[in-house]
Amino acid sequence: MFDSLADRFDGIFQRLRGRGRLSDKDIDEVAREIRVALLEADVNVTVVKSFINRVKERARGAEVTKSLSPAQQVIKIVHEELVNTLGGETGKLAMSSKPPTVVMLVGLQGSGKTTAAGKLARHLVGDGRKPLLVGADLQRPAAVEQLRVLGGRIDVPVFSEPTDPVKVARGALKEADRTGRNVVVLDTAGRLQIDDALMAELRRVRDKVGPHDTLLVVDAMTGQEAVNVAESFDHEIGLDGVILTKIDGDARGGAALSVKEVVGKPILFAGTGEKLDDFEPFHPDRMASRILGMGDVLTLIEKAEAAFDEKEAAKAEKKLRKGQFTLEDFLDQMQQVRKMGPLQNLVGMMPGLPKEARQAEVDESQLGRIEAIIRSMTPEERRNPTIINGSRRLRIARGSGTSTQDVNGMLKQFKMVQQMMRSMSKGKMPRLPVPGP
Amino acid sequence: MSPTLAAVLLIGIFVLAAALTWLGLGLARRAKRLEEAEPPPPGQPGVDGHGGPTAVAAPPAAAPPAPGLRDRLGKTRAALARSLGALTGRRAIDDEAWDSVEEALLVADVGVATTSRLLDELRARAATERVEDPEQLVGLLRAQIVQDLSGRDRSLHHAGDGPTVWLFVGVNGTGKTTTIAKLARREIDDGRPALMAAADTFRAAAADQLAHWADRVGADVVRGQEGADPGSVVFDAVDAAGGRGAGVVLVDTAGRMHTKVNLMEELKKIRRIAERRPGALQEVLLVIDATTGQNGLTQARQFADAVDVSGVVLTKLDGTAKGGIVLAIEADLGIPVKLIGIGEAPEDLVPFDPEDFTTALFA
Repeated sequence: MFDSLADRFDGIFQRLRGRGRLSDKDIDEVAREIRVALLEADVNVTVVKSFINRVKERARGAEVTKSLSPAQQVIKIVHEELVNTLGGETGKLAMSSKPPTVVMLVGLQGSGKTTAAGKLARHLVGDGRKPLLVGADLQRPAAVEQLRVLGGRIDVPVFSEPTDPVKVARGALKEADRTGRNVVVLDTAGRLQIDDALMAELRRVRDKVGPHDTLLVVDAMTGQEAVNVAESFDHEIGLDGVILTKIDGDARGGAALSVKEVVGKPILFAGTGEKLDDFEPFHPDRMASRILGMGDVLTLIEKAEAAFDEKEAAKAEKKLRKGQFTLEDFLDQMQQVRKMGPLQNLVGMMPGLPKEARQAEVDESQLGRIEAIIRSMTPEERRNPTIINGSRRLRIARGSGTSTQDVNGMLKQFKMVQQMMRSMSKGKMPRLPVPGP
Repeated sequence: MSPTLAAVLLIGIFVLAAALTWLGLGLARRAKRLEEAEPPPPGQPGVDGHGGPTAVAAPPAAAPPAPGLRDRLGKTRAALARSLGALTGRRAIDDEAWDSVEEALLVADVGVATTSRLLDELRARAATERVEDPEQLVGLLRAQIVQDLSGRDRSLHHAGDGPTVWLFVGVNGTGKTTTIAKLARREIDDGRPALMAAADTFRAAAADQLAHWADRVGADVVRGQEGADPGSVVFDAVDAAGGRGAGVVLVDTAGRMHTKVNLMEELKKIRRIAERRPGALQEVLLVIDATTGQNGLTQARQFADAVDVSGVVLTKLDGTAKGGIVLAIEADLGIPVKLIGIGEAPEDLVPFDPEDFTTALFA
C-alpha cells in the first residue's frame, strides 16, 4: 500500500507549526512529496511537472489560515487544482440539432470500446434517445458478434456488414435515417496510435460520418503511455471527450489527469463495472481524491452502501450500542465486510486509521478459520457462548478443523471485543472524518 | 495462529464493520436528506442548451486544435525524447544527469520505488567504479537491470506424460484470447496438438472470438453456453484432451478485476479443476498489457495470491509503451516474464529476452 499524501505531509509539517506563511523552501519540500504521490498514481512525468508548478504558484500566495493546518491547506490546494484540471462538463454529449448525432469511439486494443459502446447506448436509452449501435471493428474476431449480443441485451439494434469500416459507417447513417434512430454509436477497431495505416483508415471513417462526438476510450490502469495515446489520437483524429473505463479496480487512475491535461476536453463518462448499467458521469472530485490516495472515502462509502443492507445495519448498530452483539452478528458483519473486496484494500482506504494499521498484512485465511469456528457452533452457542463446555469445545474444534486452543482463543478475544465495544458505544465511538457533502 | 495477531485481526474487523455500518448509515441518511432538500435538476433543458451551440460548430475534423494545445503537445513530446538525450554531451554527472536517468525510468513505468532503488544502486556503482562520463551511466544502468533480470527460468513447461494444461488469467482487455491463439499456433508448429478451452463464458461472444482463432490456427476448441459455469468448460476440455493423448490445453478465462472477490474465487475453482489430472497444470500465465502502470504490480500480487501465477506474458509491446512495471513484478514477487507480444501476427509472440527488453526500455 502506498503512503497517503496526508501521511507524507504530516512529517514535514511537524516542523512548520506556528508559522504564518509557507516559505518557498517549505513549498519545494512539499512539492517533492506531491510529485511522488502523483507519479505513484501513474500521472505522466511531464504532466506532473506542469501540475506541480501550478500548485507551487498558488501555494506561494496562500496565507496560512487558522482553521486549517498547513498540511491540510496544501492538500486542499492540490485537491482543488486537481478537481479544476479534471473538471469540465461531464456526462453530456454534444447533440446534433439535426439527427442522427454520431458518436465515434476510438482507442487502443483492449481499452474497452465495445463494452463502452453498449453501456453508452444503454445510457442514451435511459435519456429517452434511440441509439443505433454500429460495429465498425472488423479487425478483432467476433467483435461485431459481441456488439450484437450487447445490443440484444438492451434492445438496441446493431448495424454492421462485412465490408470495410468506411462502408459500414456510411451504411450506418442510411440505416439510422431509415429506421429513425437519432444517435449512432460507432465502435471502431482498437489500434495503436503509431499504426499509420489504421490511423489513416480512422480518418477516412471520420471524414465519412462527421462525428459530433469523437471519444477516446482510456483504461484507468494505463500508465505513462496515456499521454502518447491521447496526444496522437487528438492530433490525428481530433477528440471531443474521453471515456475512462475499468475504474472499478484499485488503480489510482493518474491516467485521467494525464489525458485531460493533454486533450483539454472533458472526461465525460466512467465505466464502473462488469454490468451494462455500470456507467456513469465522471466525478472529478472523487477522481482527485483517488489520485492523491487520500483514503478513498467516497469509494469506500459506495462499497459499504452496496454491501450493507440499511435495515440490517441499523439493527446491528442498535445491538452494538446495547452491547448485545453476538457471534452470529459478528459472522454477518464479517461476511458483509468481505463482500466489499479484499480486506487489505478496505483497510487501505479507511481514512484516519494509523499508518501501521493500514499497512498491516491482513491474512484472509485467518478469517476463514474464525468463520469455520463460528459456523461449527450451534445457534444456541452463538447467542450465548458461556454454555460452551469441554465437550462442546472439542466438537467445535473438530467440526472446524481447528484445535480447542484455537476455539478458546477465539472466544476469549470475542469477549474482549465485546467489552471494548460496550465501552465504545457509551458515547466513545471513534469519530471518523466524513467528507462534506 | 498467534493469539495476539488474531486478537488484533478480530478487533480490526469488528471496528471496521462497526465503522462501516456507521459510515454507511450516516451517508445513506444524509443522501436522503439531500434528495429531499434539493429539487431534481432540470434535465432536458441542460442537454438541449448544451447541444445547441456545439451542434452548429463544424465537425472536429475541420477544426484545427487550439495553438496552446499544440504547443503543449510539442513540449511533451520533446520532453520525452529529451530525457536521456540530455546525457549526451554533458561534461559531468550532475543533478540534472541524475534527474534525466530518473525520468527515463519513470516514463517507462518502472515506478517510483523501483526507480529509486535502481538509482541508489547506480549511484553506489558509479562511485566505486569512478564513472565520470554521464553517457556511461546508461550503460551501467542497463547492465544492472539485465543482471536483475538474469537467472530466471523463463521456459514454458510441458507435462511429462499426458496432456499439458496452461491457464491464462488477467484483468479485462489485456489480450488473453489473442495470446492463446498465438501460442496455440506455436505448439501446433512444434507438433503438439492444441485444444482451446473457452472458459470465458462471461464476455459476450468471447467464445466466438476464440473459436475464430482456433479455426485459423488449426486448434480444437471446447466451449459452453454463454453464462455457463467456466469450471465445467475446463472440466470438459481436460477430459477431452485426456482421450486424445499428449497435447496442450490452453484455458482462456474471463478478464476480471483483481479486486472482485467473487470472481477471484471463481478463478481459484477453475484452477482446482485444471489441476484435476495430477501434473497436468504446468503454467498459470498472467497476461499484462504493456500500457499498464503501477497497478500492474497490484494485479500480479492479487492474481499470484489467488492462483499461484507461474509467469507473466507482457502484451502490446509493439506500441510506444515500455512495460517497465514488470521490473517491479520480477523483483518484488519473483514472477518471471516468459513471453512478450510485439504485434498482431502469430509469430509476434516471442520469448522474453532481458537484454532486448532493457535496450527497448530506453529506446
